Amino acid sequence: MKLEVMTIKKEAYPKYAPGTHVSNKDIINNNITYSWWEPEVQYSWSLGPAYSRFLQELKKGRIIGRTCKKCNRVIVPPRMFCEYCYKPTDDWIYLKDTGTIETYSISYLDPNAKRIKDPILIGVISIDGASPQHGFMHYFNEMKSEEIYIGMKVKAMWKPENERTGSITDIKYFKPLKGGER
Amino acid sequence: MMRKVAVIGAGMTLFRRRLLETGKELSFLATKMAMEDCELEKKDIDMVVMGSAPDAFDGIHMKGENLLDGAAATNKPYVRVFNGGGTGVFAPIAGWWHVASGVADICLVVCEEKMSSCFPHPQTAFQHIWDPIIDRPLHPNLVWLFAMEMNRYMTVYNIKKEDIARVAVKNKRNAVGHPCAQLPDEKITIDDVLNSEVMAWPVQRLDISPPSDGASALILCSEEKVKQFSQDQIWIDGVGWNIDSTMWTNRDLYFPRYVANAAKMAYKMARIQDPREEIDFAEPYDPFDYKELHHMEGLLLCDKGEAPILTREGVTQRDGDLPICPSGGLLGVGNPIAATMGQKVCELYWQLSGNAGKRQIPTDPQVGVGQAWGDIMQMGTVIVLRRG
Amino acid sequence: MTRKVAVIGIGHTNFNSMTPDVSWKEFMFEACQKAYMDAGINPREDIDSFITCAEDYYEGFSIFDEFVPDQIGAVLRPCCTVCGDGLYGLGNAYMQIMTGQFDIVAVEAHSKISDILTFGDIVLHAYDPLFEKPIAGSVERQKYIGSPSYNKESPKPLVGKTKEKGRIHPYFLAGLEMQHYLAKTGTTEEQCAMIVVKNKKNAFNNPYAKYEANISVEDIMESEYLFKPVKKLDVSPNVDGAISFVLASDEAIQKLDVEPIWFKGFGWSSESPWLSSKSMDANYATMASNMAYKMADIKNPKKEIDIAEIDDRFSYKELQHLEALGLANEGEAAKLLENGSLDLKGSLPTNTSGGSLGIGNCFEATGLQKALEIIIQLRGHAGKRQVSDAETGIAQSWRGIPTRSGAVGIFGR
Repeated sequence: MKLEVMTIKKEAYPKYAPGTHVSNKDIINNNITYSWWEPEVQYSWSLGPAYSRFLQELKKGRIIGRTCKKCNRVIVPPRMFCEYCYKPTDDWIYLKDTGTIETYSISYLDPNAKRIKDPILIGVISIDGASPQHGFMHYFNEMKSEEIYIGMKVKAMWKPENERTGSITDIKYFKPLKGGER
Repeated sequence: MMRKVAVIGAGMTLFRRRLLETGKELSFLATKMAMEDCELEKKDIDMVVMGSAPDAFDGIHMKGENLLDGAAATNKPYVRVFNGGGTGVFAPIAGWWHVASGVADICLVVCEEKMSSCFPHPQTAFQHIWDPIIDRPLHPNLVWLFAMEMNRYMTVYNIKKEDIARVAVKNKRNAVGHPCAQLPDEKITIDDVLNSEVMAWPVQRLDISPPSDGASALILCSEEKVKQFSQDQIWIDGVGWNIDSTMWTNRDLYFPRYVANAAKMAYKMARIQDPREEIDFAEPYDPFDYKELHHMEGLLLCDKGEAPILTREGVTQRDGDLPICPSGGLLGVGNPIAATMGQKVCELYWQLSGNAGKRQIPTDPQVGVGQAWGDIMQMGTVIVLRRG
Repeated sequence: MTRKVAVIGIGHTNFNSMTPDVSWKEFMFEACQKAYMDAGINPREDIDSFITCAEDYYEGFSIFDEFVPDQIGAVLRPCCTVCGDGLYGLGNAYMQIMTGQFDIVAVEAHSKISDILTFGDIVLHAYDPLFEKPIAGSVERQKYIGSPSYNKESPKPLVGKTKEKGRIHPYFLAGLEMQHYLAKTGTTEEQCAMIVVKNKKNAFNNPYAKYEANISVEDIMESEYLFKPVKKLDVSPNVDGAISFVLASDEAIQKLDVEPIWFKGFGWSSESPWLSSKSMDANYATMASNMAYKMADIKNPKKEIDIAEIDDRFSYKELQHLEALGLANEGEAAKLLENGSLDLKGSLPTNTSGGSLGIGNCFEATGLQKALEIIIQLRGHAGKRQVSDAETGIAQSWRGIPTRSGAVGIFGR
């Protein structure tokens, strides 16, 4: 429903825009005074039982999740309480190391926001054995950027056992699951 | 009976990649403009709410404490709220409950952001929003997160990139004439956006709003006192906020259900039953162009998947049936996270009181909706303003 | 018809100096679960709004709000973060309920300070970058690896350009303040030490306190000076702990089977943040308490307040705050201490829980720890440390070094 068109002659807000624009060059050429500080900020977070077990299992080359019997979910990454039922989760359950791509991106920026020529493939994988759309983020490799698509089946490529440290990077990346492969 | 709350003044500073002023000075400039607007002095203000996003940008722990003198809060009750990107609309909501509860009569809300202090680039502060065990060891970049959500959204509804690029063009053109705008561009075309360099497919450089410094302020007043200030009374009719689970890899990102829940909460309070009919214009949060479409659907202003069609048909232009982001949004004016209150809420106030100048929506708007989004694809905050 | 707000549920974890077995998630879950059980409600259905009190740098994330909802039951519910002490959270919950739109609100605050490896530097990070950080220490410009725009020609800093690496611990500010307080009121260091003795003794009766100790004034006077006149035992040690509260309106309480403790008034205030123009008195506590007394309709706090939990992060702070809150005449808090008024059987039992000196400094959870003790006392569940006939209690907290902000909450039966 269109309303009547009215010309309203009032003031224009904001009436002015206070603030002084300076650029990077002003800093490099020492045109403006500034002060520099580098804080020493270091943390060591306790992992808690859920993540501790998850990382220990990754070191052994397995992915583990938790079950919540009330809402019938298999949750990965595992947690000790179900956030929907608000009660502790029930059991540990081993999952496969294959999954499906839920979403992905082809990045021409490296982690430090520098441009790179060969793109990094990153995305979210839902793990087989867990509830639908439950998984985590990881890299993809052994595929070209034209080949990747949502719904593709992938398998984890693990680091050799002696190189695993108990971290999400114990999986190097996920690669396409070839036909007949488990 | 809930006490009604009105907006009586608003202010905003320049938004630029780097401003000379310190955070305190920016807060002061925005507050001064808002106080001039309604001819108030510091002694008239009862309580102050500050909204400001990560401390890591300014480089000050507990930065709310550091900024309080610029926000006219010395020797006053002062609190800082922080919900990531949702702060821009959440800080006025916190101000609303200060007044609606009867504890304060006049409440000042200030939002400030100084992203340029973070060296070498504000992006580096974003490295710490990720889960330290599951996500951070992979060294993700913030753009990847948006790219993954954008990809999911485009795939589920089969949306073409042109329709999304159209939003960037609309907003950057809308921003022309906004005195604070950082990236207004009268001549930008869809091809410019589609040809800009790919950052993380499908996100390209002109799809992203820039980091900025800036501040904005809003003054709220109870219904008993509002008549002293203006004839036009702009009421906060409804507020809503909602947060989704931390585990973003366990959610389907194509629809922001947390925005929908927040919108339902706000509409219920505002007694709006048919948002598409009853709302005249909206300012959804648009840090990326696809986000505007994503949030239009989240705000229940159109059906799922319909937002790009409305954009293509020109419905969301300033002279269209449902103007979206008439201020120029974050894409056109700038993205100083919390200070985007200037575009999301102050703009509603200026449009509803007919004071938006060149940006004024020609139909006589009565009801406007502002929305912000925050955290790791989690937080939706919604506010409804009505002229009454 | 004005509504009334009451506390209907409280829950807390143990307070420990280290909690390596749980992450912050399980910690918050434990406290919140206990509070919801205490109130007899299901958080997924009954609670209308959730508030967390947290500061990014204390947690170690850029946006801590992200990591909050799952463990407090707030997924797909209204949830927000207030950057403040627990009492700020309670005050905001009060205001939310008073708007009439919310009936039951949960507030949570915690301290997981043991996760921080460089505690002093993080507190120093709160100092003003232009005027205060440089005087607290100098910076040696280090190589910034991985920065795309860093190069040797980048501008050199104009401030703090010396080569020494040493930085002063930020608690020096407490030393300055204590010096001022002792000089202004004539209080002695021994009297401040008596506060430590009292609180650490009180902590023996508190099952969750961890820093109880049976020490004497001489032990404290012999402990080393850290920031003269602040001595090592004048400073409360860091501790981890999580606390959760559930507030409800009087209408909601009628449908529940709980014993409410009424939240009668609150207040908070901030003074100027500038080190150079801060008063060294606790004016923020005075302003906050004025607001709270007015709301709770208390005209003579000395007579009407039965029990107090006052912030005692540093021993002299308890005396300073007592005067600022109007519970002692100016300069006379030490007299109250010496004549036994602040003891368990005295006229104004203060910090019966042991305070921060006996329990530990739990940062943003301090306000809730103070309120927790008041609620436990007013409910009559305080066991050995029960104060008889307590009707009205006051909980006060300060946001810590280097802030000049604090909040006050008043509870009554």
